[in-house]
Amino acid sequence: MAYSQKVIDHYENPQNVGSMDKADPQVGTGLVGAPACGDVMKLQLKINDDGIIEDAKFKTFGCGSAIASSSLVTTMVKGKSVMDAEQVSNADIARELALPPVKIHCSVLAEDAIKAAIADYRKKRTDS
Amino acid sequence: MSTELKLPLYFDNNATTPCDPRVVEAMVPYLFQHFGNPASRAHAYGWAAREAVEVAREQVASLIGASPKEIVFTSGATESDNLAIKGAARYSARKGKHLITVATEHKAILDSCHALEREGFEITYLEVDAEGLISLDALRKAIRDDTTLVSVMYANNEIGVLQPVAEIGAICREKGVLFHCDAVQALAYLPIDVKAMNIDLLSISAHKMYGPKGVGALFVRRGRPRVRVQPIIDGGGHERGMRSGTLATHQIVGLGKAAELAQKAIQEGEIERVRALRDRLWHGLRANLDELYLNGSWEHRLPNNLNVSFAYVEGEAMMMGIKQIACSSGSACTSASLEPSYVLRAMGVDVELAHTSIRFGLGRFNTEAEVDYAIDLITDKVRFLREMSPLYEMVKEGIDLKSIQWTAH
Repeated sequence: MAYSQKVIDHYENPQNVGSMDKADPQVGTGLVGAPACGDVMKLQLKINDDGIIEDAKFKTFGCGSAIASSSLVTTMVKGKSVMDAEQVSNADIARELALPPVKIHCSVLAEDAIKAAIADYRKKRTDS
Repeated sequence: MSTELKLPLYFDNNATTPCDPRVVEAMVPYLFQHFGNPASRAHAYGWAAREAVEVAREQVASLIGASPKEIVFTSGATESDNLAIKGAARYSARKGKHLITVATEHKAILDSCHALEREGFEITYLEVDAEGLISLDALRKAIRDDTTLVSVMYANNEIGVLQPVAEIGAICREKGVLFHCDAVQALAYLPIDVKAMNIDLLSISAHKMYGPKGVGALFVRRGRPRVRVQPIIDGGGHERGMRSGTLATHQIVGLGKAAELAQKAIQEGEIERVRALRDRLWHGLRANLDELYLNGSWEHRLPNNLNVSFAYVEGEAMMMGIKQIACSSGSACTSASLEPSYVLRAMGVDVELAHTSIRFGLGRFNTEAEVDYAIDLITDKVRFLREMSPLYEMVKEGIDLKSIQWTAH
């Protein structure tokens, strides 16, 4: 696969790889994709009481563009408000990484991961 | 790590092999100096070309224990497979319209069979077990009164698994049906004797045995039984009417030389050297990494092939990480179809593991130093990517991945 330099950079030097405590009420965890489909992303967002994303971490099983999409997403949402982070779309991710058409689904998955992490955070808030 | 290695390392010898310099040397004079058309019977240019083609025919025949008159030159194994399957099936259509093949065959076989299905033929696709092997009992049971041809490859191109061709040949002979064998992957590494193995049609490719691309051959038995195939390319009636088209002298010379060298290599034990490299790679990786899964039988396997699933590391990401090694993946992400390997699926390999498979094909020009470099690099990258894999993390936390409600997409 002929990838853009940006994909290669994120793949070779992925940003914010890691995990946070799932039980932390300030941490929202999104786990999207499926092993059978060849990609799974776990995105975790640490959100403070002002609704600002203080930290983001990811782990991804998937191809180079899936890893790059998740790495990019962590850098995009860090420091943003939850409302702004929700506005990040797969088109933004695909454009930024110049993803080839067959890899657009990776950016869709990355957008889903943000939404899933925020949903998890909100659920924790309402449950507690 | 040695700094003298030529990178990227070529570990994809099941896809194609470099042309041996001795093959190149043999071919060159037939491009300009002896450029004649082997079919030109009236002048010296034609005679020189014809002589070279006949020498090559003998070299190819010798490799498989055939007679030169049983060798038909083609453009490659895809054409040979097409000619064997369609040619034999159509010629015998009045006798019967049933063929038997295997789910893990090369696409050249499977797609030829699909084409015949559209013409009204019926095909039985034998299943394979978890090791990638067919059951001889199932083959026996599948043969019917209207079966005319059985096609089973010697060595699988993805997993290197060897089918019991001699036993298959014996069954086909006993039942009176033709046996076609795609032997492309095995030719450079295993002795083949079409008589002893009762093979009636056998596909050959040059570029899988250190010869040039664009040329191959089909062995068509002449003795008992005499095998007839209907041509799929019509024209000047070359190759005893089975394959029209001006013979590509230089290519055929290359195929012949490659066959001669392959035969010599097998006799001189060169194969054991390749097997030792492959074994060194596998044992080295296993010593360093957990959760590696060998795809296909270890016992019944080409000496140069290693197909491994590196669990929790997606194949394409893996190949990006080890870009200093040229290899292949069964992952969907490396294919145009976005479907993981049908060969692995046919063996019942979990689709999750199919996505993580990598094929290494060692060959004549690989060295121990290259293998050691590869072991170190692969070990590093697998550790790096597993560190990044949520699946590996979950498994280490004791979570059963099958218990998770995944969202397919």
